[in-house]
Amino acid sequence: MGDALPLRTAVLDNGLTVLVQEVHAAPLASVWCWYKVGSRDEAAGLTGISHWVEHMNFKGTTHIPRERIKGIIEEFGGSWNGYTWIDQTTYLETATRDALDRMLFIEAERMANGLYDPDECESERTVIISELQGSENDPDQLLEIEVNAAAFKAHPYGHPTIGWLPDLRRMTRDDLYAHYRRYYVPNNATLVVVGDVETDDAIDRVRRRFGEIAPGEVPERRITAEPDQLGERRVVVRKEGTTAYLKVAFHAPAATDDDFFPMLVVDAVLTGAKGVNLWASFRTPPPQRSARLYRALVEGRLASAVSGGLMPTADPYLYTVSVTAREGAPREAVERATVAELDRLAREGISAGELEKARNQLRARLVFESDSVTNIAHQLGYFETVASAGLYLSIGDRIRAVSREHVARAAARVLRPANRTVGWFEPLPRGESGDGGLA
Amino acid sequence: MTTGTPRGLSPVRERLPNGATVIARPSRETPAATIVVSLPAGAAADPPGLDGTAHFLSRMIDRGTGSRSGDEIADLLDGRGVSLTVSATRHSFVVSCTCLSEDFPVILPVLADVTRNPSLPEGDLETRRGEIVTAIRQDQDNPAMVAVEEELALLYPGGHPYGRRVKGSLDSVGRIDRQALEAFRQARFSPAGLVVVVVGDVEAPRVLDEVGRAFGDWTGGPVDPVAVAPPPPPDGRRLETFPMADKAQADIAYGFNTIARRDPAYYALLLMNNVLGEYALGGRLGDSIRERQGMAYYVFSAFEPNLGEGPLVIRAGVNPSNVDRAVASIDEEVRRMAGEGVTAAELASSKQYLVGSMPRMLETHAGIAAFLLSCEQFGLGMDHDVRLPGLLSGVTLDEVNAAARRFLAPERATVTVAGPGEPRGVS
Repeated sequence: MGDALPLRTAVLDNGLTVLVQEVHAAPLASVWCWYKVGSRDEAAGLTGISHWVEHMNFKGTTHIPRERIKGIIEEFGGSWNGYTWIDQTTYLETATRDALDRMLFIEAERMANGLYDPDECESERTVIISELQGSENDPDQLLEIEVNAAAFKAHPYGHPTIGWLPDLRRMTRDDLYAHYRRYYVPNNATLVVVGDVETDDAIDRVRRRFGEIAPGEVPERRITAEPDQLGERRVVVRKEGTTAYLKVAFHAPAATDDDFFPMLVVDAVLTGAKGVNLWASFRTPPPQRSARLYRALVEGRLASAVSGGLMPTADPYLYTVSVTAREGAPREAVERATVAELDRLAREGISAGELEKARNQLRARLVFESDSVTNIAHQLGYFETVASAGLYLSIGDRIRAVSREHVARAAARVLRPANRTVGWFEPLPRGESGDGGLA
Repeated sequence: MTTGTPRGLSPVRERLPNGATVIARPSRETPAATIVVSLPAGAAADPPGLDGTAHFLSRMIDRGTGSRSGDEIADLLDGRGVSLTVSATRHSFVVSCTCLSEDFPVILPVLADVTRNPSLPEGDLETRRGEIVTAIRQDQDNPAMVAVEEELALLYPGGHPYGRRVKGSLDSVGRIDRQALEAFRQARFSPAGLVVVVVGDVEAPRVLDEVGRAFGDWTGGPVDPVAVAPPPPPDGRRLETFPMADKAQADIAYGFNTIARRDPAYYALLLMNNVLGEYALGGRLGDSIRERQGMAYYVFSAFEPNLGEGPLVIRAGVNPSNVDRAVASIDEEVRRMAGEGVTAAELASSKQYLVGSMPRMLETHAGIAAFLLSCEQFGLGMDHDVRLPGLLSGVTLDEVNAAARRFLAPERATVTVAGPGEPRGVS
């Protein structure tokens, strides 16, 4: 947003990282509290615990009763939310600037004083199972879970953030509370304030609210790196449905890998640039009418939709191409055309015109996805959590620096047949059951 | 509480000689502009037997013009990071996008061109038809979509424009040809009904100038509004289930017909709905069904008044074994709301929320553009943002509770359930 002052970073004595960015366009402030804990930190038997803990952190604290915690910021016209993903758990409030202190109070309470009432934990178990089952109603999400699980055989990125159902059924209140106490410490968190605030005053307020919270032992991450994939993997989900879906997923570079930004260009050429804001980028469709896979699949009457997904992550995650097969299109032809375009890019790289277009798209998307204090605050905290806020501030330069040669190298490294997992959702007519389970 | 300046948005609104309305609201917050072009050509105007015409046209309109091929349009937009969103709602056909402000002079003429001179290439027709058929088939496999579409079909029966599917049916979409699209466009696209909203880093005089250049020489007569009759009142309670055996969760829609946007009871009903199914994650419904009973990940109520009388629909997704319990809990909250009304404290909280959320709603270019377009479409005035806090604050407890009594009653509810389970008839 226009005329923003420089980002200020401070670290409190207890290790809490504080990022403050003044933006005076509207009388609003956005507060996000980020924790370096996500589904990659979950051991066997406890999959989904980070996400469940996130839910519990809306169930009341010592000084904010459960029935108040969801309304407390709405009195200021504010919005609030939270999410958990593979590397992070985060909470936000955006409200008028006069609610800043209240937003900080909520986040300090959440960090230190969660109640974890046993009855509330039980009640939330069924809410989360309902969330899981709701997503299973969507064949595309069902397929994504299966493809990710097939792509990772060692790294915990392979299990879904919401967790596996048997773990959700067995986990206890004590498991949840132990996870909360272990990771919700100031030295494992980043507090971001963006908006119509004064930087020194905001940092003082953060210090007053958070300064007394004791640091903890920052948990050591002992995560198995995913070994190189040695050959193509395939997964087929057969279930009652109407539409076939294809996913082709490749192990992809992490945010700090030199090949990450060239791969963003690869994705722009294949499916149109999305940008890199998990909170905002996917709300508007990418410019993709001239993208290679759109032309081959959608204009080629093989698919009704195609998209690409590449997000900055702490460890190497996935670049996934998702295709909705057009009614009546032969699945073999859909897959053949998809793979042909991926192989061609890996083999031949991209043209100078395509590079320029991808850069223009990414430049525009970076502007569009930073159009609110909420979106800016998300980006600062997200990057600080998976890599560094400095990486976020350098994105424009990094995209400008991407060369055709680097794109070709990155594509040849990532888009290899031996590095891919191919997944199909094959719809069965109503009344036929699939072969995917024992039940 | 901060609610913005007394001057408010203060957009510039002008009428071009050909009847088109231009609304410009400069904002330098990001170096970008949001452009929205709206025409009175929504699905409510679909010809009889050709449901889905407006939607089909929305898939076709930017595939080529008299002077540009579809590929040329795609290259021009993609090269600037711009994607057009074209949608048909009940009453409007809307073409919109966000572009960098430096690209505004290039992008606006493209929007004008696709709106005024679409070639609707025959070669694209079957490609787009296949996409629409696939989308309809996806909807048929989505329990939440099935529950809502069947709910609206029951609430608005007999071909009522709010009961028909915007995408149409497999049959009707199969019958739509190029001639039908062209006839629809000829009948509904005219500068007399055109509204262009531009919000962003472009000064208002320049917006007026550029829009005048792009649309000023377009000629055409007035477009008749689509008459939306009130739907017949329900005979009693209805409950229908739509079995989808292989799904994990059941989706419930539970609703009533209510009012048009310009009805004097609008603000009272808006506040009542906020208490019932929005405030603090699902209002009273969320507190009962999600928080206290742990039955659902999502439960909320949506109030959607329109040019005609629109619905209030409560929605929830629950485990199939909990459908009856969830419907009973909705009944209980609806009965309690109709019988006892809201409390003074609840009303105060909801007022504070709705008034206090305005700066957030009006923070982004897209948010401002959507607000101004709805002000224009419903005739609310360009100072509506300044008046809205007063309109909300002035609603009394009696008015809210009278609205609840007037519209909510379990014995008149229309309930649909899609998901695993046995079919059940009217109860």
